[in-house]
Amino acid sequence: MIDFTMPDFTQAYAEIFVLVMICVILILDQFLSDAKRNITYYLTQLTVVAAAVITFNQDHSVSVISFSGMFINDGMSALLKMSLYVVMIGIFLYSRDYLVKQGLLKGEYYVLGLFGMLGMMIMISSHNFLTIYLGLELLSLSLYALVAFNRNSPTASEAAMKYFVLGAIASGMLLYGMSMLYGANGSLDFTIISNSINEGSASKQIQAFGLVFIIVGLAFKLGAVPFHMWLPDIYHGAPTSVTLYIASAPKIAAFAMVIRLLAETMPGLQTDWQTMLIMLSVLSIGIGNVIAIAQSNLKRMLAYSTISHVGFLLLGILAGNEAGYSAAMFYTITYALTSLGAFGMIILMSRNGFEADRLDDYKGLNQRNPWYAFVMLILMFSMAGVPPTVGFFAKLWVLEAVINIDMTWLALVAVFFSVIGAFYYIRIIKLMYFDKSETDIAIEGSADMRLAISLNGILILALGILPNSLMALCVAAFA
Amino acid sequence: MSLEWPILSVVIWLPVLGGLLLLISGERAARPIALLTSIATFVLSIPLFTSFDSKTASMQFVEKMPWISQFNINYHLGIDGISMPLIILTSFTTVLVVLASWESIKTRVAQYMAAFLIMEGLMIGVFSALDAVLFYVFWEAMLIPMFLIIGIWGGPRRVYATIKFFLYTFLGSVFMLVALIYMYFKSGGSFSILDFHALSLTLEQQIYIFIAFLMAFAVKVPMWPVHTWLPDAHVEAPTGGSVILAAIMLKIGGYGFLRFSLPITPDASNELSWLIIFMSLVAVVYIGFVALVQSDMKKLIAYSSIAHMGFVTLGFFIVFDIFDKTGSWENAALGVEGGIVQMVSHGFISGAMFLCVGVLYDRMHSRNIHDYGGVANKMPIFAALMVFFAMSNAGLPGTSGFVGEFMVIIGSFQANFWYAFFAATTLILGAAYTLWMVKRMLYGEVTNENVEALQDLNGREFVILGILAVAVLILGLWPAPLVEVMHASVANLLQHVSAGKL
Repeated sequence: MIDFTMPDFTQAYAEIFVLVMICVILILDQFLSDAKRNITYYLTQLTVVAAAVITFNQDHSVSVISFSGMFINDGMSALLKMSLYVVMIGIFLYSRDYLVKQGLLKGEYYVLGLFGMLGMMIMISSHNFLTIYLGLELLSLSLYALVAFNRNSPTASEAAMKYFVLGAIASGMLLYGMSMLYGANGSLDFTIISNSINEGSASKQIQAFGLVFIIVGLAFKLGAVPFHMWLPDIYHGAPTSVTLYIASAPKIAAFAMVIRLLAETMPGLQTDWQTMLIMLSVLSIGIGNVIAIAQSNLKRMLAYSTISHVGFLLLGILAGNEAGYSAAMFYTITYALTSLGAFGMIILMSRNGFEADRLDDYKGLNQRNPWYAFVMLILMFSMAGVPPTVGFFAKLWVLEAVINIDMTWLALVAVFFSVIGAFYYIRIIKLMYFDKSETDIAIEGSADMRLAISLNGILILALGILPNSLMALCVAAFA
Repeated sequence: MSLEWPILSVVIWLPVLGGLLLLISGERAARPIALLTSIATFVLSIPLFTSFDSKTASMQFVEKMPWISQFNINYHLGIDGISMPLIILTSFTTVLVVLASWESIKTRVAQYMAAFLIMEGLMIGVFSALDAVLFYVFWEAMLIPMFLIIGIWGGPRRVYATIKFFLYTFLGSVFMLVALIYMYFKSGGSFSILDFHALSLTLEQQIYIFIAFLMAFAVKVPMWPVHTWLPDAHVEAPTGGSVILAAIMLKIGGYGFLRFSLPITPDASNELSWLIIFMSLVAVVYIGFVALVQSDMKKLIAYSSIAHMGFVTLGFFIVFDIFDKTGSWENAALGVEGGIVQMVSHGFISGAMFLCVGVLYDRMHSRNIHDYGGVANKMPIFAALMVFFAMSNAGLPGTSGFVGEFMVIIGSFQANFWYAFFAATTLILGAAYTLWMVKRMLYGEVTNENVEALQDLNGREFVILGILAVAVLILGLWPAPLVEVMHASVANLLQHVSAGKL
């Protein structure tokens, strides 16, 4: 007997729309000459904006599960998708400048970028091991191809190869862990697994075993120590526009994946995953911050900085309660925005055939252009967690989450390493403000790029002065 | 007491907005805009003094509105007799700093002035915040302009000095942040500093919190042994930066002890007062000797600042011993009030001393005492003023330097003879290092042709130093108004501290 109910397609309108548009753009792009490549760009942006409108108009006050338990729409998915769209618009906008400057403006960038976004949307809305894996692979495969996008660059090809091999291992780990849990609980559906774990009928041993593999897979994707090795190489080797992509939007999706898998599916195993996350978090904050000091390449430095931020983000998740998840969500969204701005600055500073990715390229920026130096200053202080930027409130909130569960020692370790971290951020400011510029070449950039990066900086400052509304949204997402 | 208009918000945000305006306005209009903004802020801050009700210890000019409702964080401002004088000191000093930098700063004037104005607003915010997160935001944000001031306009080793300054202060304050969050949960979800005062804590909790605060405030004051950033920062900072650093920023550490450590952790303060007294006395005696051997004028004054701030912390923490000996919190008030008077007075004197050094540095581009000699022959007016400030730095009766030191020494006598004995060495050491420097620089024969070519003070410099001299003199001869405004607040603080929390 076939038990088939028609899925509620309205829930997935945004995903379906994006998929249709990807196909349209893919075909259309074949018929465009290089001079008209901008049409692809504008269509891409239009797709993201339209998807945002669709998501915004969906009712996200209640959580709806559809497609036979495969797909979920709730407060969290709505907020994360909306943030994802904002970040994606920024990514496409900044990347265009880079692609034009480096002569890489190809339609494939946008198609792959949109495919990645679709993957992330599916991850955010997944309610089944299969959907989450599907979304993750859609994202990962797009990213592998994007990293190798500049096929004439040996470093980029090397980075893509590394990324592919390590990413495949991570996916394998994740899948293996999923299969264990499937074996123990007899289902791929998150609700059923969660109930089964709570009942305690399935073997605890197998579950814990599967959990370890899932955590390893997640840690790989997030870039948490000791599974962080790929991150600096990929950040460094990939074209900056792709680094910008990897460093911002996928963090939001990775956060969703962690929440869906750990917080929603396995709350019953919280004591187990909490301990593992504590180790990952302390190691990431410590090692990320310390090694970042030794970097002379800005992209590499930001890679290690990402690792330390992942550690902070995990602090919120490991708290294992709504307040902690909201804190981690706020951290993720604001970090994605800050990271977007930072890599946007690298793109703004670079010229044809010249990547502004060495720290020394930022010498005397205040002389060359005080405004962009100021924007970069805001971004760096935000990453360091100095008020009045939003980075401070993000840190404040995750620290509150861990102090609330009586792990004050963890907060002390975190703040101690964040002081060490402050050093390499203020070193950038030192270069921009205290040193003399070696060049007086004007900073090139299209008008929309300049406007966007200015807004990006102001947004980081404004959210730091008035964080209330975004915080309220993050709290509501888990209410 | 309160006014029709939100005076505290105005004096905080007016200079910040003025500073932002400067960043846009460009170089040419920078100086006049900066001066007008700073004068306007000073004038607007005067009602804080004239409308202040010195009979009550409760917070005045209170403003409160929700800021981050998720965590019950409020935009909550208010001042009492402890913070009010420091706010006036801040707005007053900023005017002088803007004037003092009129000619000596030649590059990126707009950014320089903007940094000072923004910092002024943030410092006033620190003194008036009654919400712990608001306080922390101002406290940390203040580092950014200072970091830039030392790093951009400072001396040859400015990068080392400013990064050291930033990291030292940042390290101290993050632990305070953890303590604040901890108390947020203890108090059942409030960041109000006044709620923290009423919060009941065990001795063990108090000691941890006390240590966290101590790390933040001791670095800021700075107390021995975490003082090493100060000489570096002072030496490398431009004159204006040194003045603000010495006159106001150090006071923020002292203020922190009064607003946080003593009232929130009274029993831990009592328990650990020996430690603070020991650190303070080391600062007074040992740092006094260190100051004696300096050959760099700014370094000498920097060490002298550390020694003088030792008096402040000594005054704050001898209250427990005085109470044990005399049984009277009235007597103990002498220590705290002496400490506050010392803070205000040191604000004037150290500011004036750095400005004097600035005057000489603008002409000779040297801070080395050996490069001078016989300056009085060429700059008689300057020499007269500098000698006056040196005398007040040494604690000459009739100047403000005397009042605070005298009150603290009297207080220490009531606590323990040996405290007073060591504290009193400052009268000798202070006189020795300051007057010896003055003697080597100002008196004797003209030693070289650079000194021969010196011009005496111009009108602007004379006005700046003259105003400060008058302030030092008034506070020295008639400190009553200052002591009166703080009396009720200090009495209330000590009453609270004496009640304890156990």
